[in-house]
Amino acid sequence: MTSGMRGALPRGDLQRLLDALSAKGYRIVGPTVRDGAVVWETVRSVSDLPVGWRDHQEPGRYRLEQTGSQEVFGVVHGPQSLKQFVFAPREPLVQIERSKDGFSARPTLPQPEKVAVIGARACDLAGLATQDQIFLNGAYRDPYYAARREGLFLVAVNCTRALNTCFCASMETGPRAKHGFDLALTELEDQLLIEAGSEAGCDLLSNLCLSRGSEQLSAEVATRVDACAQSQVRRLDHSRLPQALYDAHEHPRWDEVASRCLACTNCTMVCPTCFCHTVEETPDLSYQHTTHARLWDSCFTQEHGYIHGKNIRPTIKDRYRMWLTHKLASWIDQFGASGCVGCGRCITWCPVGIDLTEELPALLSPGIQPSIVRQRVDGM
Amino acid sequence: MSNPELRQRPRLAVIKFTSCDGCQLSILNLEDDLLALGQALDIAYFPEASSAMNAGPYDIALVEGSITTAEDAHRILNVRQQAKVLITIGACATAGGIQALRNWGDIEAFKQAVYPRPDYIQSLSTSTPISEHVHVDFELWGCPIEKGQLLRVITDLVGDVQLHLPADSVCLECKRRGNVCVVVAKGMPCLGPVTRTGCGAICPAMGRDCYGCFGPSEGARKGPGLPPNTASLARHFHEGLHLIPVEVLRRFRGINGAVDPFRNESTVWENKG
Repeated sequence: MTSGMRGALPRGDLQRLLDALSAKGYRIVGPTVRDGAVVWETVRSVSDLPVGWRDHQEPGRYRLEQTGSQEVFGVVHGPQSLKQFVFAPREPLVQIERSKDGFSARPTLPQPEKVAVIGARACDLAGLATQDQIFLNGAYRDPYYAARREGLFLVAVNCTRALNTCFCASMETGPRAKHGFDLALTELEDQLLIEAGSEAGCDLLSNLCLSRGSEQLSAEVATRVDACAQSQVRRLDHSRLPQALYDAHEHPRWDEVASRCLACTNCTMVCPTCFCHTVEETPDLSYQHTTHARLWDSCFTQEHGYIHGKNIRPTIKDRYRMWLTHKLASWIDQFGASGCVGCGRCITWCPVGIDLTEELPALLSPGIQPSIVRQRVDGM
Repeated sequence: MSNPELRQRPRLAVIKFTSCDGCQLSILNLEDDLLALGQALDIAYFPEASSAMNAGPYDIALVEGSITTAEDAHRILNVRQQAKVLITIGACATAGGIQALRNWGDIEAFKQAVYPRPDYIQSLSTSTPISEHVHVDFELWGCPIEKGQLLRVITDLVGDVQLHLPADSVCLECKRRGNVCVVVAKGMPCLGPVTRTGCGAICPAMGRDCYGCFGPSEGARKGPGLPPNTASLARHFHEGLHLIPVEVLRRFRGINGAVDPFRNESTVWENKG
């Protein structure tokens, strides 16, 4: 019933979609240009969207360019995935009050809010599905995450242009949004083909009373998206994972990449699937009241490796190895799929441009045998 | 857990050495929380705020400023003797401050150039952090310190809780608050990746590059573990962002230039220039 429902919207009429979402009570969030990148902000009109802008991404570098075209979704993505809408960067969990005979604790669940996100890419949806698996679908359903997730309406955009850093095709997550969306748009020269992916999406689409897009239009979309996949210059060969990366545990390449890695945490912060967090107390001066909050954390920090008085990952090498091995290998054992969705954000937003599609092949190719290195050092 | 109402209020002293007083002003800038602070603590000695200057001993001494004179070096020994807990506040007390740039210069030449009677000036040839003179119990970084961190440390002292502040990089806080990375999007030589969090990532939030006023991130002198990878960031400033060696040197030789690994990194690039 939900699959296959589609319509064609003239690009000049995109405001109708925003108005229909507003009429349904959604706050609309979309990509907007700020500080040299696109970030998610509340939008009211099409003019708030990055019309005519395009992004150029390469390792350690992100630049926007105004082309002067009428293209609305020319920017593929910015540093932010969908993660922040469900797994909040700073989430107060409990307010604790001391009382005469003990203490009381009050959970601070977020207020339910209907939020429509317009412009999510296939890689973002794949990332959200991973977050859902962690926070929602396991044995311990996270009520804070669930409250935020409940109100989300997702308007995906199929990619017709690949960035230099994209490799979703090799991760089989894109460039076409296959599931996990309410509506999916594909932008052509003067039209947007809209497909529904859920009951809510069908409902909204039928309200718009669009002409049913022609078969020719659908074929055009398929051609564009396929061409986008073909044009991707990066790929990640995960056919030998997870075992090959476990076998590379002592590879000398880890030392080499550690000499470049800043352990700044940027890759984990921009990753759509990284879910590590810490908790923080904020007591008042009288120690009668405290807020217990959850914050985004990263396996690249010194403290993240502390257990019971010992740091199990004291060096940057330990942390990079832990991150990449989890992301690409042990994630498969843990969750049944790769932790990488191929969005390329960790490549772009690494200040020194470390590229996992370059690191993995280097790690899987024969290096100097560590035993030989050890002998050489011993012999000196 | 001790009940604050049943205890005597801890006696606080705020003591200044060579500094601009900005960190002491951060205490006065606590505004509403200042009243709570006054209730939780007995503010015994704080000349910046009150002319009532009571003698020690003190439970908590907040020390601002670096050691730049022989008199300073002597006075800090007395402060240590009078204080149960000694906490440095700010880059000067913790790292030597901007005035530690003299450590690379010629103090006699400066005196000759600036003062009509240089023989009146009695100054050491170096500016050094408090920890090079006495044992320091805890250090608050920043130029100036962040008042929330100060309040947190005092709260934990009053509450008998072990003192702890995060020592992660500024980048983590930048991403949490949704800042766009200025290194990647603007090509700015931001020190955020190797600088200690605590400021709230305010410079990148204003589109500026971090200049390291909170000092090196985790693994710095008093922190746990290994130092941040300044070598890789410096190399990127030079090779990726095309700073010449003296510009790389200046990035690291600033407010916290006298502490490693910033000190060592600036020396590396001085030798390349």
